[in-house]
Amino acid sequence: MEYQLTTPLSANDVIKLVAGDVVYLNGIIITARDKAHERLLQWSGEGKKIPFELKGATIYHCGPLMRKNTALAAGPTTSARMSKMTTELLKRFEIRVIIGKGGMNITEVLRDKCVYLTYTGGCGSTAAKQIKRVVGNYWTDLGMAESVWVLEVENFGPLIVATDAQDNDLFDEVQKKADQQMKKFK
Amino acid sequence: MSKITRKQVVNEVVQLLRQAEIELPEDVLSALKSALKTESNQIARTQLRQMIENAELAKEHGTPMCQDTGTPVFFVDVGYDAEIDFDLVEAIQEGVAKATKEIPLRHNAVHPITREGSENELMDVNLSLVKGNKVKITVAPKGSGSENMSALRMFNPSEVKNIKRFVLETVKNAGGRSCPPIIVGVGIGGTFDGAAKLAKKAVLRKLDKPMDTFERELLDEINSLGLGPMGLGGSTTAMAVNVEYGRCHTASLPVAVNIQCWAARRASITLED
Repeated sequence: MEYQLTTPLSANDVIKLVAGDVVYLNGIIITARDKAHERLLQWSGEGKKIPFELKGATIYHCGPLMRKNTALAAGPTTSARMSKMTTELLKRFEIRVIIGKGGMNITEVLRDKCVYLTYTGGCGSTAAKQIKRVVGNYWTDLGMAESVWVLEVENFGPLIVATDAQDNDLFDEVQKKADQQMKKFK
Repeated sequence: MSKITRKQVVNEVVQLLRQAEIELPEDVLSALKSALKTESNQIARTQLRQMIENAELAKEHGTPMCQDTGTPVFFVDVGYDAEIDFDLVEAIQEGVAKATKEIPLRHNAVHPITREGSENELMDVNLSLVKGNKVKITVAPKGSGSENMSALRMFNPSEVKNIKRFVLETVKNAGGRSCPPIIVGVGIGGTFDGAAKLAKKAVLRKLDKPMDTFERELLDEINSLGLGPMGLGGSTTAMAVNVEYGRCHTASLPVAVNIQCWAARRASITLED
């Protein structure tokens, strides 16, 4: 199936998605990579107010290349680095969509509440073209790539539903098949 | 008398980086297009189409194809007879700094422990002395997604037959994180660091050069794993396997696997004295 979704999203909006579906996203996405994840956990742990809205939010694993407020290249970064921190993050915030690349191996954490979508790695230019506006830039002390960019996107995709909210994970399926194939090689 | 000037090197480095970051080499683009012809997995096809569109868009806009503009890795062959009356490495460094502002490039260089400092200090320059009076500069900006998935193992000399499995396992474990379809560079022999350097040089080989039997076999076995573009499934996991060999100690068998993402950025120029 192919879907057009508009943020913010509810649990009901995302649990209908099935691994292998294609999604195009409209609305707001929030970039966060290693350092922003650390700070989100630290601040929420200390009870500090997070300066951007995470209810129904879409988190994008991305460290963009910007020129002032224009995205020049903004493809996904490797999501696996954020897997452990995401487990905790999803307990504290109602994040509904995570976008990245390469898989996260957190099927159980996503169950019934969140989906993991992939944007094609290395595609900085197509992603930048689909970003219509910078809505905000937070935690700028972390630098261009690690700070948080709140971005308005249009037809952001194609995004592949890699891990749905019902325990299906394309990456896991592919790895299992590869493991079977490996047995043929001594 | 030297005709190669410092200013020339600085400007050529800027140009090389600009070309590498913006234009996907023709042989790589053509390999992606061939893959699209043979790939039947629908998800894999969306990924390949996006990669091809991205390459075209980056060229049209004159902007870097990937936000991870990488580590600028240089290979510089300096002719014995080339007269250079300036600090070549420092000139390359200045070229990188200038390119970082002008193209622009993302500030990727940090201290390994504190993670601070993000100026693009030059991180990897490999100088070789060669015959002649020319200076050949190659730059290959390396993204971290694929670099992080590379591996090195010191085998026992009796374990030659295990090399293939090591390469296969490295590629399988990388899954989609290394941004397939990848180029697999393998360095066999040399020393600990020598094997890694051989693997990195192997990655630079153009895709239109024919592979030997061993490389071809390994490529077929890798693609039989079904990882596919971005690890989402499909028959195109690797575009090439390139192996480089070096003499090693009788008690050693170092093997390194350097993985290159599909955005295999590289550019070269030869300066004459």
